[in-house]
Amino acid sequence: MKLEDLKKAVDGDRGVELEEGDARYTVAVAMGTCGVSAGAREILAALMDELAARDIVDVIVTQTGCMGMCDREPMFEVRAEGAEPVVYGDMTPEKTREVVAEHLAGGTPIEEYTV
Amino acid sequence: MEELALHILDIAQNSIRAGARNIRVTVEEDAEADTITIVITDDGSGMGEETVKRLLDPFFTTRDTRSVGLGIPLFAQTAETCGGNVGIDSELGCGTTVTARFQLNHIDRPPIGDMAATVWALITLNPKVEFKYRHARDGAEFAVDTAEIKNFLGVRKLNSPRMARYLKEYLSDGEERLADG
Ligand SMILES: Nc1ncnc2c1ncn2[C@@H]1O[C@H](COP(=O)(O)OP(=O)(O)O)[C@@H](O)[C@H]1O
Ligand SMILES: [Mg+2]
Repeated sequence: MKLEDLKKAVDGDRGVELEEGDARYTVAVAMGTCGVSAGAREILAALMDELAARDIVDVIVTQTGCMGMCDREPMFEVRAEGAEPVVYGDMTPEKTREVVAEHLAGGTPIEEYTV
Repeated sequence: MEELALHILDIAQNSIRAGARNIRVTVEEDAEADTITIVITDDGSGMGEETVKRLLDPFFTTRDTRSVGLGIPLFAQTAETCGGNVGIDSELGCGTTVTARFQLNHIDRPPIGDMAATVWALITLNPKVEFKYRHARDGAEFAVDTAEIKNFLGVRKLNSPRMARYLKEYLSDGEERLADG
């Protein structure tokens, strides 16, 4: 794959210039040492891949540090304007994809996975 | 950590937390010299001499790891178990360079691991930071410069889910070509 091929990614990509303030949800993946060693990188991969697969363009994915519950890593937090953040813990790529479907696409948090 | 690539992801988080706008990651494998050299450089807030000394002092790290951090001591420990070491060069207000050396053929050396995934994660999570990445292996190399990519594509960020997909493929391809020689 050449750099030239990345142009296909930009063509008609509605998510390319999304600003933090305009996002429906912001997802912050915990990237402290505890998170990274527990698999945060693979959680991020599942998150981005499922968002792309569903063509969801109004969610921003960002990072945060250690959330103080190292034994519950990998973790991420879903923030929405005017709502309490929802914190997910003990995540796996599969559970992450479910959260994208139910929470980020469907609007309903998965209580069972929250901490 | 099971991969050197995960250490790199973790060490680069320090740079991000230090407010770096530019981060350079270099991985050099040299079979002849039997070394792997990893360098992470940032233009973040830097550290004072005392902090650096404490970070690399086994006395502090074994007594109460929490009080001086975990990531750098872990990285240093990994390096030391395979005949290498970690050095830090930092200046307050200027930035930091973390250099790690490993013996390539040491039996306890963790694999380099998925560098494409590590670089991809850094770029995806930090759209406003510019990354220069270079992976050299016995004369061949794969290099990425986010400022150059953004300029080429005419965009300011590389973090949309769709871009992330393409970027991942681009990075994996580059790493694979390097691995195939
Ligand atoms: N690149 C850097 N720039 C500025 N300060 C740094 C950098 N790397 C490490 N530090 C300082 O050293 C501390 C310890 O780092 P680390 O061992 O990774 O543990 P942690 O990130 O958990 O604090 C950091 O909290 C920070 O104060
Ligand atoms: Mg750290």
